[in-house]
Amino acid sequence: MENKKVLLEAKHLVKEFPIGGTKKNPLTVHAVSDVNLEIYEGETLALVGESGCGKSTLGRTLIRLLEPTSGEVFFEGEEITSMTAREFAQRRRQMQIIFQDPYASLNPRMSVKEIIAEPLTTYGMKDKGELENRIKDLMKKVGIPEEFYNRYPHQFSGGQRQRIGIARAIALNPRLIICDEPVSALDVSIQSQVLNLLKDLQQEYSLTYLFISHDLSVVKFIADRVCVMFLGSICEIGSTEALYEQPLHPYTRFLLNAIPKADPRLRTEEKELLSGEIPSPVNPPSGCRFHTRCPYAREICSREAPGCKQVGQRQVFCHFPLEK
Amino acid sequence: MSESIVLDIRNLKSHFFTAKGEVPAVDGVSIQVPAGKIIGIVGESGCGKSMTAMSVMGLLRYPGKVVDGTITLDGRDITHLSPKELSTVRGNELSMIFQEPMTSLNPVITVGRQVREAILLHQKVSRDEAKKRVIEIFREVGIPEPEKRYNSYPHQLSGGLRQRVMIGMAMVCKPKVMIADEPTTALDVTIEAQILRLMKKLCREQGTSIILITHNMGVVAETCDYVYVMYAGKVMEQAETFALFENTSHPYTQGLLKSIPKLNEKAERLYTIEGVVPNLLHLPEGCNFCTRCTEADARCRKEKPALYQAGDGHGVRCFKYESEVQLDGK
Repeated sequence: MENKKVLLEAKHLVKEFPIGGTKKNPLTVHAVSDVNLEIYEGETLALVGESGCGKSTLGRTLIRLLEPTSGEVFFEGEEITSMTAREFAQRRRQMQIIFQDPYASLNPRMSVKEIIAEPLTTYGMKDKGELENRIKDLMKKVGIPEEFYNRYPHQFSGGQRQRIGIARAIALNPRLIICDEPVSALDVSIQSQVLNLLKDLQQEYSLTYLFISHDLSVVKFIADRVCVMFLGSICEIGSTEALYEQPLHPYTRFLLNAIPKADPRLRTEEKELLSGEIPSPVNPPSGCRFHTRCPYAREICSREAPGCKQVGQRQVFCHFPLEK
Repeated sequence: MSESIVLDIRNLKSHFFTAKGEVPAVDGVSIQVPAGKIIGIVGESGCGKSMTAMSVMGLLRYPGKVVDGTITLDGRDITHLSPKELSTVRGNELSMIFQEPMTSLNPVITVGRQVREAILLHQKVSRDEAKKRVIEIFREVGIPEPEKRYNSYPHQLSGGLRQRVMIGMAMVCKPKVMIADEPTTALDVTIEAQILRLMKKLCREQGTSIILITHNMGVVAETCDYVYVMYAGKVMEQAETFALFENTSHPYTQGLLKSIPKLNEKAERLYTIEGVVPNLLHLPEGCNFCTRCTEADARCRKEKPALYQAGDGHGVRCFKYESEVQLDGK
């Protein structure tokens, strides 16, 4: 990809949640800490990491579903975090989100028709006939038969519900869609159907995806670039091929090693595993956030947070990146 | 298979009697568990894998009922035990771990006491002795600082640690068979790998057989010795793990394996199995998979195939492999 145009850019983005404590000693969850990220037009950038690493929070903060604690987000060069709600409303229609749980993200008391119509009427489509055509068109696009127009979410399977969620997200012809674990709740055979659909839609409407997932095999299939997160900060960003081929950050390597592979011949007893648990985001370790679990950590790792190192096309946040 | 069979499930049928009709959640399942082996049951949601486990544990409740078949544990028929008899088996010779380590522990009792309860219930030992054993088993399942953790409440532990406590509780009476129902689904990959390794280690060291229920083909490939693939209440294919992956025979298993994105290749599109799992109330007349199968013909839609033998210890429920020898003994 040459002459890549940046669609969305985050600069020093921080999101913290206060969770009580005392006035003298307040407790804060450091969900996203000083993240810099660029999403290019037309690409799929995957955000991977384990639960609690801040990937969903980052996704939501980027489109202002959560207000950042500090930092800036630029959408097509325009700073959006300081906009008033009214100014932002016109940008918002260009960024949509698909949620993980298709059971919780559709209102059980609204029919499919109403669910898909909601964004359209919010943004001024009043004409009934036009609305109906558009809804049916969208339903066809995502593979829901038109006859189900008046049905309610409980009459659909998980995969179909996720398709309805996708129809709602693409209704306003957005530029960017945040896919927050869109297939994690689905069975394998349904998962592949939805992934193919997302790929087709991306081509048809030249969409940009931020694909949040913990499943590295799914990410390998769908993403152009991958960003690995650990405990609120970025470990490594690079093209999918290169990153899977040659992880530079120790955490990326352990993550790739840990995936159970669907081939018994790849079974190994001596597979290197990461020991220990994920530290608490309330009290993240000093220096490099990964140093308490990292077998290669040296003295400097606990003292100083690693800066961004550019290795070819890759960015890696580690004092001692793995050798090529 | 010449090994001694610890748990023998024959032609198990568990049905649910609902207002809309009888739902055959488990429809004639036969599973043999040899001593010291890890047996996998895979399938998508609703295929009956968890219900098979619940039936074996005697945990099925109204409107569900075991209507046919036998479950033999070490030569003893446990299909229709009274609750009192069952409680000497459950947790002692047969134990189970559930998917959700958050909800399967009692939040108001310390984890140590919960595990100790299992010992006191089944064995005649003093409280102090039981506590010692709990700390021992905590150490074995890799819980750091077991003496301190004994007095922790579940909410003070992470998901991975809670699952270790559950495994400790299941293993503390050295059961003959442990059933693990999606033990790692709620956990992160790095923790999942730790837990799977732990289960393998326990299986090897203590000679406990494990039935591992999962939807993840990767987990099966890495841990199991023998695999049963279930679909809509029936076993579709069964084989040793290597044979299953190298010589995948049933169209459903083939489709399942093809639709998983692979790490070592870049595909433009994923293979998909069209359609959805049939409603168990309105199963097709023929093969349960015929509505989604690309190779189904007229016969598949009319007749139900048996589980035919396709190789040594390899059974396939598909007419393509029709042979004299049938593994489900009909």
